[in-house]
Amino acid sequence: MHKTALESIHVNHGARMVPFCGWNMPVQYRGILDEARTVRTKAGLFDLGHMGRVKVHGKQAEAYLQRLQTNDVAAIPPGRIRYSMILDEQGLTQDDILVYRNPKNDGFFVVINAGNHDRDLAIMQKVAQGFDCVVEDHTFKLGMIAIQGPLSQQITQRLGTGDLSALKYYAWMETTVCGIRTTLSRTGYTGEDGFEVYVPTGTEPQVWNAFLEAGAGEGLTPIGLGARDTLRHEAGMPLYGHEINETTNPLEAGLDWAVKFNHDFVGRAALERVQQAGGTGRKLVGITSPSKRCPRQGYVITRGGKNVGVVCSGSISPTLDTNIATAYVQTDCTAPGTALEFVVRDKGEPCTVVPMPFYKRAR
Amino acid sequence: MRPNDCKFLKSHEWCKVVDGIATIGITDYAVSHLSDLVFLDLPAKGSSVTIGESFGEIESVKAVSSLYSPVSGEVLDSNKDLPDNLDWLGQDPFGKAWMLKVRVTAVSPEVMDTKAYDAHCKAEG
Repeated sequence: MHKTALESIHVNHGARMVPFCGWNMPVQYRGILDEARTVRTKAGLFDLGHMGRVKVHGKQAEAYLQRLQTNDVAAIPPGRIRYSMILDEQGLTQDDILVYRNPKNDGFFVVINAGNHDRDLAIMQKVAQGFDCVVEDHTFKLGMIAIQGPLSQQITQRLGTGDLSALKYYAWMETTVCGIRTTLSRTGYTGEDGFEVYVPTGTEPQVWNAFLEAGAGEGLTPIGLGARDTLRHEAGMPLYGHEINETTNPLEAGLDWAVKFNHDFVGRAALERVQQAGGTGRKLVGITSPSKRCPRQGYVITRGGKNVGVVCSGSISPTLDTNIATAYVQTDCTAPGTALEFVVRDKGEPCTVVPMPFYKRAR
Repeated sequence: MRPNDCKFLKSHEWCKVVDGIATIGITDYAVSHLSDLVFLDLPAKGSSVTIGESFGEIESVKAVSSLYSPVSGEVLDSNKDLPDNLDWLGQDPFGKAWMLKVRVTAVSPEVMDTKAYDAHCKAEG
């Protein structure tokens, strides 16, 4: 099992460690509800060392990425980032990724999911054949730490990063954090303002401790992957293995905004066929439920007792104080307000289709 | 700190049998690993439980877990106040947070004593 340079620090913080996608990672420190509220109201610190990190450069790096993934890389200005997906020829989702164009326009940086790291690398190397470009796995050369929450900027600013107020959402820069050269992006997976920093492997403890010290007065604390999942779910962000996987396409998942048909990516023809056919007959929706029970991944969704779908992710929402879930349902059940049931122990519990995201921060 | 007169299952339920009546609950280890409990479903008085089979469910923010019975027998009583006071599980898992009283017809051959259970928890981390 892989471990990040922060493992012993997590254990000393009282974290419960669990195997996650081949990495030993902190799932929680004090409790998911408490940690989720900390990120919504103050700021939290995350070890994301498990995420995959890949550099792409070379004369045809842009043309290569246009072939590899669904978004329009040519439209990403230097220093900006786009959400995107890697599909197979059937248009089914192999991973969701972030594509960073280098501020100096001399290459790209791609962030992939830990659970798909090996398959992604294989796909990336395969697609790269025939392009004049280099694909380099930097997963084990870089650490990754995120700070998320409304106080993120004021805390991060103290670490000598330079002015962050001008850095836009989904933009990035090369800077230093407590004297260490870092890539810093205004990105995250919680629905809050915040930053993700990439530092050379081995320097994570220094950066981690500097953050905690800088934010101690504001209540900055470490947050586990459990709360991270709850936060991303509230914010309506998909998680690979839940909302999207090898059996879903981006159109039914409501991710068509990250698919641009102006370039020839792997899976494009299949998606065009899906469009011409009027979809796949199902769509991803949000549901809420006042039930004492919570909808969970795999639970069946019914309407009047008839099977119409299945739950992808379900959780109690600490922020909204109700049960929330995402589910694939038949297209005639997708209108907000539609009354459905989720089945737990052979009993239907009431739930209602609602617009996503469940939570949106005030800006 | 775990009581010496209890027996334990690997799945972290405990039972204490006195005069043919078992009191059943879940351990401090189970409670600390579930965390943020939100729902508990226990069987009604008069129903029966069976060794190794689920007698109820407990739900935390992240997951649902089945509760497994260390004994077989008839449910004489369940702790009706517990589902509305799940914090008792954190405060007093071997006392106030008992779940069931069962008239025992058989005890699971897989139960461990306190020492063996302590070691089992240590191994699970």
